[in-house]
Amino acid sequence: MSSIQTIHINLYILLSSVLFCIGVMGVLFRRNVIIVFMSIELMLNAINLLLVAFSSYWNDPSGQIFVFFVMVVAAAEVAVGLAILIMIYRNTGTTDINVLNKLKG
Amino acid sequence: MTLHLFYFLSFLAILCALMVVLEKNPVHSVLYLVVTFFAIAGHYILLNAQFLAAVHIIVYAGAIMVLFLFVIMLLNLNKESEFHKNNYVKGAAVIAGGLLLVILVGALKGTASLPAPEASVGEIGLVENLGQVLFKQFLLPFEIASLLFLSAMVGAVMLGKRDTK
Repeated sequence: MSSIQTIHINLYILLSSVLFCIGVMGVLFRRNVIIVFMSIELMLNAINLLLVAFSSYWNDPSGQIFVFFVMVVAAAEVAVGLAILIMIYRNTGTTDINVLNKLKG
Repeated sequence: MTLHLFYFLSFLAILCALMVVLEKNPVHSVLYLVVTFFAIAGHYILLNAQFLAAVHIIVYAGAIMVLFLFVIMLLNLNKESEFHKNNYVKGAAVIAGGLLLVILVGALKGTASLPAPEASVGEIGLVENLGQVLFKQFLLPFEIASLLFLSAMVGAVMLGKRDTK
């Protein structure tokens, strides 16, 4: 018995929208690169939740397979991103994104 | 019962997600994010995606968050971060995020109501069914994902290596 039978799909869409918007707000709100990364993870998780909800709704396992691939991409992104972050910290001594404006013309 | 559990998990997830953004100490942010991930895993179990819930806890709470904590400890960031945007930019960020939420909810209100969900045939969220789909229908994307992992691993090692020149 899946909860999609008793809970309307609109509630799941609403929950995912709220989580996604909190992630967007976090990216705009904070200057610490680590918190920005975490907000991106939050956004990916909101999308994953919606994919699973619709997979359950349509009785289609493809949505859950797609969540696997999103997890793969998220893990790869975090590994490379944190390596870049360590490089930045080694060169500038801070994780403030406002010092990373060297590409600005 | 299910509805109460749904509301509890949703409340927990949203509250902890807000705390991730608002908390000043990065270590506390990571711990709140772990709670958010557990709440989302609870949602997966409610949605009959048991295998995905287990994978979610192992990958996110077990691997990614440990990586975050390692980096925070390695860079010695476990104190209140002193750099903050000014209040003008913060207000603009809150307004932008809130407007995006308003637009998404408005679009949701504008859509015609979806039909009732199909009656569930078998357990699609169990490892047997997911494995059948993953290794038959999605075999090529699966292999390409392994290539992506390999390149990410090589890239992370290359980037993290100290220059020995």
